[in-house]
Amino acid sequence: MVAKLDDYLRFNEAALDLRAQRQQLLASNIANADTPNFKARDIDFAKTLQDVLGQQQSPVKPLPAVQMARTSPGHLAGIVPPNNGLDDEHLLYRTVTQGSVDGNTVDMDVERNQFTDNGVHYEAGVTAVNAQIKLLLSAIQPG
Amino acid sequence: MSLSNIFNVSGSAMSAQSLRLNTTASNIANADSATGPDGQPYRAKQVVFKTVPYGDIENSGVKVDQVVEDKSPPRLMYDPKNPLADPNGYVAMPNVNPVEEMVNMISASRSYQTNVETMNTAKNMLMKTLTIGQ
Repeated sequence: MVAKLDDYLRFNEAALDLRAQRQQLLASNIANADTPNFKARDIDFAKTLQDVLGQQQSPVKPLPAVQMARTSPGHLAGIVPPNNGLDDEHLLYRTVTQGSVDGNTVDMDVERNQFTDNGVHYEAGVTAVNAQIKLLLSAIQPG
Repeated sequence: MSLSNIFNVSGSAMSAQSLRLNTTASNIANADSATGPDGQPYRAKQVVFKTVPYGDIENSGVKVDQVVEDKSPPRLMYDPKNPLADPNGYVAMPNVNPVEEMVNMISASRSYQTNVETMNTAKNMLMKTLTIGQ
């Protein structure tokens, strides 16, 4: 039953998580708008989300990087969840439209545009999760 | 909580930009300081930004790596009455370029504002997240 609930909410959870990570990425780009030689980075959202979902549904999960030492069988395992796919394969570099002399590739218009767009999508995701939960609640309540 | 890292990143950029604004203020204020504690004319100072990683790969903040002095020669002003004048009547004045400083000031202030907006957006997103399930 709990696994079914997990499956039910998994897609939106993964999407929200990825949106949050992309928001961080864009915030870093904006913060480094004046840093010499900084290269702006972004992800292909659709492809990364597909990869994240595929990774979670596959039966063989990658081993966690660090395990906690357990000295009693009552201790919790404390398994670190696998990385959500934001590795070098998914972190792409932005194509430069107007280069600058100091080697910085942050285009403030593009970054702010994407930042706002990503934020709105995140809020849409939250609304979708809320709708799913409302649906569940109405299903368990006596009519 | 991954979204709260945005506060660290934007915060680091805000303090870096405010230091840049401070440097600009100091340069503009001293644009005519012909002599300082060491007896030399004031030299324009510039900040150098550097990216610093914050935890994960996608978080990179900013810090001021160093404050460098402008190496260009002092501006010479002809003023024979000035006690600091050399035998030819020229006074060495600071090498501050007011146009450059004004541009720096506007750029720093805009970058600061953008980072404040970034922080506000992240805060709104976090507040929205807290309403899940209500």
